Amino acid sequence: MVDLGGLLLIFMTASITNNFILSQFLGICPFLGVSKEVPTAFSMGLATTFVMTTSAICVWFVNSFILVPFGLEYLKYVAFILVISSFVQLTEMIVRKVSPPIYKALGIFLPLITTNCAILGLALKIPINGYNFIESTIYGLGAGVGFTLAIVIMASMRERLAFADVPKPLKGAPITLLIAGLMSMAFMGFSGM
Amino acid sequence: MDWSNFIKAIPSMGALGALFAGGLAYASVKFSVKEDPKKESINEALPGIDCGACGYPGCASYADAIVNEGAEIDLCQPGGQEVKEEIAEVMGLETGGSSVEKVAQLMCQGDREATVYQADYHGIASCNAINMEESIKSCPYGCLGFGDCIEVCPFDAIYMNDKGLPEIDLEACTACGKCVEECPRDIIEIVASTQEVTAKCKSILEGSKVSKVCENGCIACTLCEQNCPVDAITMENNLPVINDETCIDCGKCVEVCPTDSMVELPLESPEEEGDTEAEAEEESQGDEIVITEDCVGCGACETACPVDAIAKIEDDQYEIDQDKCVQCEKCISQCPVDAIEYQ
Repeated sequence: MVDLGGLLLIFMTASITNNFILSQFLGICPFLGVSKEVPTAFSMGLATTFVMTTSAICVWFVNSFILVPFGLEYLKYVAFILVISSFVQLTEMIVRKVSPPIYKALGIFLPLITTNCAILGLALKIPINGYNFIESTIYGLGAGVGFTLAIVIMASMRERLAFADVPKPLKGAPITLLIAGLMSMAFMGFSGM
Repeated sequence: MDWSNFIKAIPSMGALGALFAGGLAYASVKFSVKEDPKKESINEALPGIDCGACGYPGCASYADAIVNEGAEIDLCQPGGQEVKEEIAEVMGLETGGSSVEKVAQLMCQGDREATVYQADYHGIASCNAINMEESIKSCPYGCLGFGDCIEVCPFDAIYMNDKGLPEIDLEACTACGKCVEECPRDIIEIVASTQEVTAKCKSILEGSKVSKVCENGCIACTLCEQNCPVDAITMENNLPVINDETCIDCGKCVEVCPTDSMVELPLESPEEEGDTEAEAEEESQGDEIVITEDCVGCGACETACPVDAIAKIEDDQYEIDQDKCVQCEKCISQCPVDAIEYQ
């Protein structure tokens, strides 16, 4: 009944082939902003994954039981943003309670997950792709894992980069964007899979 | 109009919103984090304007630093003594006497009348923008007059006066230092409000050059240095530097300053007081500096004169233009044959 192969495909597509950051260029802001150290980047990735997965589940429910039956698809932006911001708030409360250092390290980027376009992009793609409940969950999880993967790779490169002799005009944001571009090209290779 | 859209949309979105609100409300209780009550009361005592004058990103982080890192409690400039006392009460500390109130002061008097505009400027109306190019005002050190400081002031304490210079409302100013950072010419300074005299000029040009570009600028005549009864004034880079510790606020330097660049603070009504005093001073003295016939025509006085009041009339005779002379006595000390004196 459950098509495991299909689910694996959805997971791989969301996390690697159509990686939200490197192939679809969504969520660049935290990707550049919180990728200075691996632990922070990893916890940002986890927080985003949590929000993405829970939002995906919730978005599926809202879409299937409220928007479609009542013919309210035109309100999907409003409804999805409501879902996302609520879950970001929830995540913020949990992170603050569970791990104050991570809460402090993530700083402004935690509430900014609300405006992370990767999450709204994910929410909008679920009705477009016509996923069912399990597929949506896996899709959200895959997107979150892909985000975490990209941001952790980026952070580990930037940690090394701190010791590299970068030419002065390229220091800071320019070299980061160059790296992002190269990583993006590397990930393009997966689309032939 | 099709009302059925509303009938469906409003209750469904409302219910969705209520559901999430309820969930968050429950979570906020469930996951509530107990903060140090001290931090909260300090945060309440602070002005809450997040100006950053304390060196922390905002009032909340300063409160956090006081409680957890033992930061100094007197860093809040806008809050002043009042806030310091409140914080001290919360933390159970002594305030250690009153701290000095501070205010920002514009160290320039080069207004529209005193300086000359060298060019018309039609670019972006911002001091920082125009400072990248050459100055349009004659003085290369003075106020540019586009009011970047006014824009940046969080307390509306700075306004442009009718002569094109920003004026600082000493009541409203909290010495947060935003204007000091913003000013591209670094002519705004935070001074203690108890400091009574200061030289309001930042031009390090020589006297003769200053007098060409600004009527109110310091011409480095050193009269204030010579007349200071406690030797609290020294000249550095053609500007007087006042030693706050030795200064007795006698106001002598303000009286003798020929260009009124030395002023008393706070500037309640500087023009009226300053002018009448200066005039009275001139009348009572009644003397004029003249060059006698002993002059050998060396020209040392002409070079020394900061206001270009001395000119050659014959081959070996110079004369002082009494309208221009500010009686700084520089020529007297420069003359090799003592041919210049009061008459």
